[in-house]
Amino acid sequence: MTKLTLKTEGDTHVIVTRHFAAPPELVYRAHTDPGLIQKWLLGPHGWTMPVCINEARPGGKMRYEWTNGKGQGFHITGEYFELQPFSRTVHVERMHLPDPTPDNHIETTFDSDGEGTLLTLRMTLPDAQTRASMLATGMEHGMEASYVRLEGLI
Amino acid sequence: MVMDGLDARFSALADPTRRAILARLAEGEATVNELAKPFKMSQPAISQHLKVLEDAGLIGQRIDGTKRPRRLSKEGIEAMEEWLAMLRKALEKNYDRLDQILAGLPTKQEGR
Repeated sequence: MTKLTLKTEGDTHVIVTRHFAAPPELVYRAHTDPGLIQKWLLGPHGWTMPVCINEARPGGKMRYEWTNGKGQGFHITGEYFELQPFSRTVHVERMHLPDPTPDNHIETTFDSDGEGTLLTLRMTLPDAQTRASMLATGMEHGMEASYVRLEGLI
Repeated sequence: MVMDGLDARFSALADPTRRAILARLAEGEATVNELAKPFKMSQPAISQHLKVLEDAGLIGQRIDGTKRPRRLSKEGIEAMEEWLAMLRKALEKNYDRLDQILAGLPTKQEGR
């Protein structure tokens, strides 16, 4: 029921889906309220998000900064285009590593699904190569710890 | 021997440029020149990465006149699938955390 799916679609899309037991209103708030975002969008163990700006209105800015507390960190910036409270947002974001990655356009939908919510992120990258690079490098910050752990098991 | 193969595969995958090369080859075969272009790296640097991937058995090459296009081997395709599976697991960790937070939030019905 909570299983996450991540798949590519066409040449430029990445689709992520995840079911939540809570209603769309709460899942939406957890994605737009900085105080809530800072509690869960953290990546590997030991990383925190000391800066979280999320201006949830059309034209509003986003800025998330992560650090591992040992001098390493990175951030993303972005802007909102559209928000339909509790059901849909459209924004663009890019990672700064420190050079900015190409823009990732993300449509996020929060659909009622029984008692809970089906969250769908539809990412659109400029081209197939950018998508390949994002999957291979841009997202690694979120998973380095899992990778290292898995390596330890072999 | 199996352990050696896995070790080689993991160290091949530990480098983000090599993962990006594999992800690019998952879209279809490509020559060294085509692979070097998006990375702003010299051709020798890319060739070095390709050698590591080749030694790990993740890619192979085809002879096409004077060109040697590289493509994913069966092991390379499996490695990319493993990588995506790890990516899913890492994302899932964030969402597991979100589950906990959502469970603690008051819903409208309960009043705020």
